[in-house]
Amino acid sequence: MMEIEQSYIKIYNDFGQLIKDNSAEVMNRNRDKAFAQFEKFGFPTRKSEDYKYTDIRSRYAIDFGMNLRRVSFPINPYSVFKCDVPGINSHLFFVVNDSFYHDPQGDTSSKEIEELTQQGVLIGSLREHAEKHSELIAQYYGKVADIEDDGSVAFNAAFAQDGFLLYVPKNVIIEKPIQLINVMRASSDTLANSRNLIILEEGAQAKFLECAHTMDACNFLCNRVTEVFVGKNASFEQYKLENTSNNMTNIGTLYIEQNEGSKVLVNEMTLHNGLTRNNIRINLNGEHAETTLCGMAIGDKEEHIDNTTVINHNAPKCHSTELYKYVLSDKATGVFAGRILVKKDAQKTEAYQSNKNLCATKDAHIYSKPQLEIYADDVKCSHGATTGQIDENALFYMRSRGISEREAHMLLMLAFTNDVVEKISMEALKSRIHLLVEKRFRGELSKCAGCAICKE
Amino acid sequence: MLEIKNLHANINGKEILKGINLTVKPGEIHAIMGPNGSGKSTLSSVLTGNPAFQVTEGEVHFYGKNLLELSPEDRSREGVFLSFQYPVEIPGVSMVNFMRTAVNEHRKYKGLDPMSASDFLKLMREKKDLVELDNKLANRSVNEGFSGGEKKRNEIFQMAMLEPRLSILDETDSGLDIDALRIVANGVNKLKSKDNASIVITHYQRLLDYIVPDFVHVLYKGRIVKSAGKELALELEEKGYDWIKKELGE
Repeated sequence: MMEIEQSYIKIYNDFGQLIKDNSAEVMNRNRDKAFAQFEKFGFPTRKSEDYKYTDIRSRYAIDFGMNLRRVSFPINPYSVFKCDVPGINSHLFFVVNDSFYHDPQGDTSSKEIEELTQQGVLIGSLREHAEKHSELIAQYYGKVADIEDDGSVAFNAAFAQDGFLLYVPKNVIIEKPIQLINVMRASSDTLANSRNLIILEEGAQAKFLECAHTMDACNFLCNRVTEVFVGKNASFEQYKLENTSNNMTNIGTLYIEQNEGSKVLVNEMTLHNGLTRNNIRINLNGEHAETTLCGMAIGDKEEHIDNTTVINHNAPKCHSTELYKYVLSDKATGVFAGRILVKKDAQKTEAYQSNKNLCATKDAHIYSKPQLEIYADDVKCSHGATTGQIDENALFYMRSRGISEREAHMLLMLAFTNDVVEKISMEALKSRIHLLVEKRFRGELSKCAGCAICKE
Repeated sequence: MLEIKNLHANINGKEILKGINLTVKPGEIHAIMGPNGSGKSTLSSVLTGNPAFQVTEGEVHFYGKNLLELSPEDRSREGVFLSFQYPVEIPGVSMVNFMRTAVNEHRKYKGLDPMSASDFLKLMREKKDLVELDNKLANRSVNEGFSGGEKKRNEIFQMAMLEPRLSILDETDSGLDIDALRIVANGVNKLKSKDNASIVITHYQRLLDYIVPDFVHVLYKGRIVKSAGKELALELEEKGYDWIKKELGE
C-alpha cells in the first residue's frame, strides 16, 4: 500500500510496546485502535476536501527520527530562554520536541507548579499526570480528538507519549498567563508527536500562550493535538505564536468543547514557519457560550499557511466571531477554510466570520473558502472574504507626505494586521506582537527579540 | 521656484495636459480655475508624482532640480505638498504614527536626527490648533471616519507639520461649509510667508475671498488659456467660462 505510511507502520509494529512502556496507561488505552485507524486511512492526501490545498503527507516522506525511548536532550531551555516581554510575567513551561521538560536545576517549574497546586491546579507533564490521576485524565483524554475522522490525528494518537496538561478546578482563576514553549532541538531530522490537554471546570479561568520555536536547522515535523474542555461559565484564552524556520512543518489540531456561558478567545499567529496547518474545531454545546476565533498569517518565500476551522453551534443563543488575516509575499501560499455550522435547534445564534487577505506580490496565492451552513431559522450570521493588493491610493498618499515607498508598504501591512493583534487581551503580549510583526515586515525578524532560543 | 514648461501628460493613453507653462515665485499665490475635466487635478497629480499619470513631454524645475525625475517622497522632502481633493482613508495607521514617520523622513533627508517623542507631540499640538483639529482625531486612523470638513482640515494640518515651500491645494474648498472654509483658509494664510508659495485649484471665487491670489489662470482642455490678476476670478464667477471659449473661437 502506501509507501510513506509503510515506514511508520513498521515502526509501530516493531516498537509499539516500547512506545507504550514510555507513556501512560491512559494514553495507551486507545493506542492500538488509533494505529489501526491510521493504517486504514494513512495520512490525509489532497484528494480529501479538507486537505485540498495543503499536502502534509509528502512532508512525512523525510526519514525522520522519533524519540520513542524518551531520551532527554542536552539542553536546559530555562537557561537559554529569556522571554523578555516586559510584564509578561508568565508561568513558564517547556515541551522539548515532544517531551515535557523538567528543570534539573530544580526548579523553576516546580516552584511554579507548587504555587498553583495549592489551589488544586494540575499542571505539567501529561504523561506523569495521566499516571497519577488516571481517572480524571481518562474522562477527557482522546474524547474529542477524533481518530476516526482524520488520519493525522490517528497518527498522533498512535505515537504521542507525552505533552502538557493543565487542569483548573472549579472557580479557580489563574491570573498569570501559562506559557508553554514548544521547542524543537535535535541534531538530525526529527518528528515530534505531542498532546496537550486542558481542562477548565465550571467558573475557572486561564490564559494559555503557546510558542513554537526551533533551535536547529534540521527538518522538523510536529504533529500536536490539543483538547480543551471549557466548563460552564469558565473563561479560556489561547494564543499560539509560531516563529520557527522554513524547515519546520507544524501541524496543530485544536479541539475546544464549550459549555454553557463559557467564553473562549483563540488567536493563532504565524510569523515564520515552513508549512503550517492549523485545524481548529470548536463546539458550542451550551447556551450563551461565546467564542472569538482569530488568526494572522505572515508568509513570504515559499511558506505555506493553512488555517482550517470549524465552529459548530450546537446549542441556542451562542455567539461566535471569527477573523483571519493573511499577508503574503514572494511565492507564499495561504489557505483559509472556515466553516460555521448552525444546528437546527441552535436558534438565536449569532455568528460572524471574516477573512481578509493581502497578496503583496504576483506569485503569492491565497485560497479562501468561507462556509456557512445554517439549519436554524432565527439567526444572525454573516461571512465575508476579500483578497486584494496594497491600496495604491493609500500608498501614493503616504509617499506624497515624504514617507518612502518601502516604509509606506510596511505601515500599510502593519495596519492590515492590526485588528488581529488588538484582540490580544494581555497588554504586554500585545505590544510585543506589534513589535514582532513590524520587525517581520521589515525583514529583521529572526527571533523574538530577547529570546535566544531560535538560532538562524 | 517652480517652472513648468510645455508639460504634456497622459492617463491610460489619453492626453490630459497639452502643454502647460507656468512660473511660480516665492511669496506668490496662484489660483487655477477652469471647467470640469480641463486637467486641474491632473496637473496637481503630475506635479506630485502620482504614478497613474505619464509625462510625455515638457519639463518641471523646482529650485533648479528636475522635479519629474524625483520620486513622490523626494518631491515632498524637497518641499512640494499636495492637499488632496479626496484625502485617502488609511485604516489602522494612526495619525500620530503617520505624521511622525513623515516628519522624521523629512528630517532625515535634511540630515537631521529624528525628533524626540515629546518634541513631536508638542509640535502636533501646536499645529493642530492652527486648524482647530479635534484632539481625538490625532489618535484615530488617518482620515478614517473623518467628516468631509475634518479631512480637509487634516490636510492643512499636515501642511503645517511639513512646512512645504510649495503647496498645491486641490479643491480644498469642495465639500466645506462656510465655517470650515474660513478655518481652512485661515490656516493657509497663517502658513503663508515670503518664502513659500501656493497653487490654489478651485471652482469657486468663494475661496479666493479668503485666500487672495496674485494671479488667476484659466485651464481649459489641458492648456492655460488665460492669466490675469485676482479680478479674473470675479469675472469668471459672474460670466462663467463661455466667454473664454468664445475668445478661443469655439
